[in-house]
Amino acid sequence: MQILLPVLIIGGLGLIFGFGLAYASKKFEVKVDERVSQVREVLPGANCAACGQTGCDAFAEAVVAGEAEVNGCPVGGAEVSEKIGKILGKSAKNFEVRVARVMCGGSSSNCRSKYSYSGIEDCTAAAALFGGPSSCTYGCVGMGNCVRACPFGAIVIEDGLAKVIATKCTGCTKCVAACPKKIIDMVPISSEYTVRCSSFDSGKIVRQNCEVGCIGCGRCAKVCPHNAIKIENMLAKIDPALCQNCGECAKVCPTKAIELFLCGVLERENAAV
Amino acid sequence: MRELLSLMLGAILVENFVLAKFLGICPFLGVSKKLDTALGMSGAVVFVMTVASAFTWVVNKFVLVRYELEYLQTIAFILVIAALVQFIETVLKKLAPSLYKSLGIYLPLITTNCAVLGVALLNVQREYNFGEAILYSFGAGLGFTLALVLFAGVRERIENCDIPESLKGMPITLIAASLVSLAFFGFQGLFQ
Repeated sequence: MQILLPVLIIGGLGLIFGFGLAYASKKFEVKVDERVSQVREVLPGANCAACGQTGCDAFAEAVVAGEAEVNGCPVGGAEVSEKIGKILGKSAKNFEVRVARVMCGGSSSNCRSKYSYSGIEDCTAAAALFGGPSSCTYGCVGMGNCVRACPFGAIVIEDGLAKVIATKCTGCTKCVAACPKKIIDMVPISSEYTVRCSSFDSGKIVRQNCEVGCIGCGRCAKVCPHNAIKIENMLAKIDPALCQNCGECAKVCPTKAIELFLCGVLERENAAV
Repeated sequence: MRELLSLMLGAILVENFVLAKFLGICPFLGVSKKLDTALGMSGAVVFVMTVASAFTWVVNKFVLVRYELEYLQTIAFILVIAALVQFIETVLKKLAPSLYKSLGIYLPLITTNCAVLGVALLNVQREYNFGEAILYSFGAGLGFTLALVLFAGVRERIENCDIPESLKGMPITLIAASLVSLAFFGFQGLFQ
């Protein structure tokens, strides 16, 4: 009896809990739409949250529920949106590939340095010290926060300046969030001309600091036949939606701050290779 | 009333489960890297600790004590806690999906957390009545929260420090944990 009773009681407790759980799982069953798991399977699974959802699982649910667009996954691109469209019986709309672009041309050779930095290799830490070691407080710090944030190895630091390798960029926007200076923008890959500067300083200060900064002179805005360029806070900005890639602006820019990108790659460097 | 309050505050500060009793060290080191995950885990722990101690108290009083099987407390409590957490998970999934999502993976994780089992066993050892047991467990959960949140803050600071190569990662975390624990030692003897 001394042995049997504990066995019976613990066994009985286990049995009661077992049946209770079995009953509960039937009673409280949550039906999962099988399309959700199908959609989840075709997604890249990087959980990068570029779609605006918390991850691939959440995106799959949102797409099936109709809360997110079929082409909402920027990493998967056209291929994935087509597959999702097939599962849901919807047609994917035109998908425009967006890539990250560093809005700064201030490499070590172009931009003067303010002091020599020997702290930890981190853009945020360096930027906290008088706005970073480069004399321009708006420009790239070059300590590679974006490089470390990029899950796809698409960013390299060259001559103290971050550079996006457009062929590897999937448009996940992780680098945009990682950059303490907020100088990485998402642009359509078809957009060819870009002002590679983020400085709101006046022209005189920009001239002192950097060889290739935008001085806000406005010549590009005047010459643009499509009114795609606006000067705001001493900085020219090209609207990719209006720009027809005619290249007039790059011709007149006195500091050569407007550069030509073909397929997301800086044409000047492409030609040199 | 005064006694109950000192019981709860004692569970939070003097007998802090993580920093004074060294229970639940695994989640303390595991999920304290970021403040929001630490908060998620803590919420789940407070919830499970309170509910589990209520159930284990009942099981102990009306099953184990009655048949003189107190020596089976450990195994019986593990069984009760595991089943309970499973049950809560299925029910939450159906009835409160938003709460289920915010507790997320932390809920099944603490099924096997020794702090939860520890509070259930302590309740019995100290012969608390039902109300005291619930209050003590709730306090213990809050203490766990306090430890985790404080330590998450410490770790976020460590991230930005220049640490000697050989101490990077877990070693410096353990050193920091011992310092935080020493600080909590100062609460010893606050309530008598």
